[in-house]
Amino acid sequence: MGYRAFKELDWPLIIVTLILSGLGIIQVYSATSGTKWEGAWEKQILWVLTGLIMMWGTAVIGYQSLMGKVLYLYCGVIGLLFATTLIGNKVFGSTRWIRMGGFTLQPSEFVKIVLILAIARYLVEYVRPNTTLSWGDLGKLGLLVGFPMALVMKQPDLGTSLTYIPILVSGVSMAGLRWKQILIISLVLAVTLPIGYHFLKPYQKDRLVSFKYPDRDPKGTGFQVIQSRIAVGNGGMWGRGAKESSQTHLGFLPVPHTDFIFSSFAEERGFVGIVIALVLYFLLIMQVVQNAQTANDRAGMYVCMGVAALLLFHVLVNVGMVVGKMPITGIPLPLMSSGGSNTWSIFLMLGLVNGVRLRRFVN
Amino acid sequence: MAKDSDKSVFQSSGPDIAFRDDPRDAAGKIAVFQYLTVLVFVFLVSGFWQLQVQDPERYSEAAARNRIKSTPLLAARGKILDRDGRVIVDNHTSYSLLLNREQTKWEHLPAIAAALQLDYGELSGVIRRNTRPQIIIKDQLSRDEISWIEAHQDESAYPEMQLIQSWRRQYPQGGFAAHVTGYVGEISENDLNLPQFSEYHQGDIVGKDGLEKQYDKILRGVDGQQRVQVDNLGHERQMETTQPAVAGNDLKTTLDLDLESVAELAMQGKRGAVVAMDPRNGEVLAMMSAPTFDANKFTGRISRTDWNQIMNDPYKPLLNRAIQAEFAPGSTFKPIVALAGLESGTIDEDTEFHCPGGASFYGNYYACWRHPPQYPGHGNISLHRAIRESCDVFFYNVANKLGIDRLAEYGDIAGIGHKTGIDLPNERESTMPSTKWKLRLTRQKWYAGETISVGIGQGAITVSPLELASALGGIANRGSWMQPHLLAGVAPKVLRVGHFNPENVERVVFGMYGVVNEPHGTGTTAAIPGVKVCGKTGTSQLASNKFLKGTAAGRAMKDNAWFVGYAPMEAPEIIVVALFENGEHGDRASWIVRDVLKAYFDKKERKAKGLELQTEIQDRLSATTILATHLVEAKPRQ
Repeated sequence: MGYRAFKELDWPLIIVTLILSGLGIIQVYSATSGTKWEGAWEKQILWVLTGLIMMWGTAVIGYQSLMGKVLYLYCGVIGLLFATTLIGNKVFGSTRWIRMGGFTLQPSEFVKIVLILAIARYLVEYVRPNTTLSWGDLGKLGLLVGFPMALVMKQPDLGTSLTYIPILVSGVSMAGLRWKQILIISLVLAVTLPIGYHFLKPYQKDRLVSFKYPDRDPKGTGFQVIQSRIAVGNGGMWGRGAKESSQTHLGFLPVPHTDFIFSSFAEERGFVGIVIALVLYFLLIMQVVQNAQTANDRAGMYVCMGVAALLLFHVLVNVGMVVGKMPITGIPLPLMSSGGSNTWSIFLMLGLVNGVRLRRFVN
Repeated sequence: MAKDSDKSVFQSSGPDIAFRDDPRDAAGKIAVFQYLTVLVFVFLVSGFWQLQVQDPERYSEAAARNRIKSTPLLAARGKILDRDGRVIVDNHTSYSLLLNREQTKWEHLPAIAAALQLDYGELSGVIRRNTRPQIIIKDQLSRDEISWIEAHQDESAYPEMQLIQSWRRQYPQGGFAAHVTGYVGEISENDLNLPQFSEYHQGDIVGKDGLEKQYDKILRGVDGQQRVQVDNLGHERQMETTQPAVAGNDLKTTLDLDLESVAELAMQGKRGAVVAMDPRNGEVLAMMSAPTFDANKFTGRISRTDWNQIMNDPYKPLLNRAIQAEFAPGSTFKPIVALAGLESGTIDEDTEFHCPGGASFYGNYYACWRHPPQYPGHGNISLHRAIRESCDVFFYNVANKLGIDRLAEYGDIAGIGHKTGIDLPNERESTMPSTKWKLRLTRQKWYAGETISVGIGQGAITVSPLELASALGGIANRGSWMQPHLLAGVAPKVLRVGHFNPENVERVVFGMYGVVNEPHGTGTTAAIPGVKVCGKTGTSQLASNKFLKGTAAGRAMKDNAWFVGYAPMEAPEIIVVALFENGEHGDRASWIVRDVLKAYFDKKERKAKGLELQTEIQDRLSATTILATHLVEAKPRQ
């Protein structure tokens, strides 16, 4: 191992990752200067550096051995989720974090990695190549994902729990579905989703309503959507620069360093900056997909596609929210949003992808 | 081999065999995912394109609205000054309460309304109708109200409230010159829809009447704006550009406060109007109308009780009688009849008529005011005496000989039947009857008998005090009629020139000299020692005396008293008209004119001697002060 493995890492992927992380740190710095979150950028540097180490570690350990131990990992994260409900920190009415020493950990972020591995393992172990999934497989996979999802929803953290779905969808569709199954699932969803709406918390309903009609309550639930759109539009073609971004700096933009970091980026860097950042995200996802294509085995392919689907979902929902094309769900933008758990979880996932890369010629 | 050595690391654990298969069968699905990714990114970029490239102005404006709190800096309205630069209408500073629409919460309004004694329904209506980002909801706040607002405008209470400095219009007390100055008020919804108010906004203070309305564009300033950058909690971060308010221009008028106050004083307790004008150039020196109203009550929003009180007053205090009251001129019209007679050759200086106290025309008997049994009549009478003693029979005969249309021709030259075009809103038009006039109005022909009454200024003929001043001022000015005006510094405008025989004009003027200065003159009370005052009394009937005798209608039906006076005879500098409603006889209006004339010539004398003008007026602007200074000098006598 060592130098050779180091050389074999997916360097284009890592370079794009580092650029995006760098943009993120700069944006966190600029968005929080003079606010109560000042100093968040220093922490973010720490998260990225430790994240890089984790990535390396994960790559070296490899997805295969992790998949071998996935039962323990699954039980571990479920245990952490239960622990969160028992001893977690309540913030904004939601119990998502466990205090560990000087910082807090969000177990639901790490569920993603475990689910990617668990689904990949199930598909490899119980589904023969070149076949399609049976209803039984679908049911089992649904339970596998549904259990942690329910626990996270209970926190309540709808946004994070929804991020598990693209992992499932990616795995299932890569393994293969019959058209009939797709049709039936679509029909069932079409019926159950409107019913599910009634089980949402009032603030979650408000978010959906205000997504559709932000002007109904511009000072209340529509506030974030409206302010985010104003910030983006205020950026114009070339951006306002770090000093003149009034939406970011005068506090009109909610949480400009985490969920709405892309609004503040859009205000300061303009359309040009946005296109550059989105191209980087596109390259990142395509590079992950490329690793899926060159993977040595189906397991690696499932892992990479799970990561790619999750990244795509994160970018779509977070960036879509920033421009008002997606409802507010409170999920972070990978690599740019500040925060320990989500940064680590992204680096861990990229570690899995690098692990697939390292093993692509092994046969 | 490196690969072999790696193997041990990579395959250290896990069910290897199961994972060992070819992933290529998923290639098609992966391609689908790639296309999907492209679509997602195109979708996201299009979102930014819409906001940042297609419509960035909209959002940068929205961001500016978030960030900039602008407070109006209200411009002071120009002052209204008299001809010597003394202040008639001033401003004083006050505080107004502004509501920021963005921050306004409906549930706060009842509390705000209660604390400031505003009607909640009215307040919510104002806020609902108004579209401006900031709405002034109360002017002229009291000390208590200001301290209440200061205590409650923080984040936790009613942050939508904002105190701003504003100006309150200060008019002279007691309704002094109120009809000339007019008053200001909030612009009405109706006015806002008119094209001439296109540059005005809801809530703007605008001149509603008088000079305030006429010269609103000169008087009103341009409001400025103070812009402050605020954060999302409304805390001020830094000052932005401030656009200072530009005060309105002062309006210098031709009015003379000294004459105005003498006129006001003379008319105290009476109804009517006084107009003083310089016949040489049309400058209006004084104009008043009684009863009057307190213009201060109209600034901002007038209370309902005050409004009702003014509107229900049977004597209509808002009416500017000087330009809006149309009454028969009575005998004050006789100089024009005389001039018409002389100029048309109908009579000459020596033409005599016999006055036995009345005469019959076309089967009707017309009495002279000196009629039996009290008086014997004027006997044989010619022009000079007829003017001096105001013989009705003489003028019946002149009018009869002239005929209505020739009379109307001269009335027309004198301006009767025309507005003077003074720079005040809502001037009413006088009436000069003629055959055409009657035909147009009633589609009936003129009866010769109607001419007889017109000959003594009765019947259908009407004038306002200003129109009478203008009409006789033109004769005093020896045949040129100047347009009356109130704005100082404008070039005199000739309305009409009568190409008369100068001797005829002198005869009429001399007759009017006789009225004041000769024995048997009807207006001798207007005489001023050392000044050659000319004048003419007028008593215009509101109803026939016969009718009056039969009823107890009393004072309301008593004749109106008119007096017109000008001086000096050779080259008049001032003409004064007084209308004393229900004053019964012209000589009861003559002393009013005399006081104004005397004030004029006294002042002229003081000026010639280089004495100070009345400094107490310059120092303290208050109508009561002005009136008090004149109490000693111009005591009314009756």
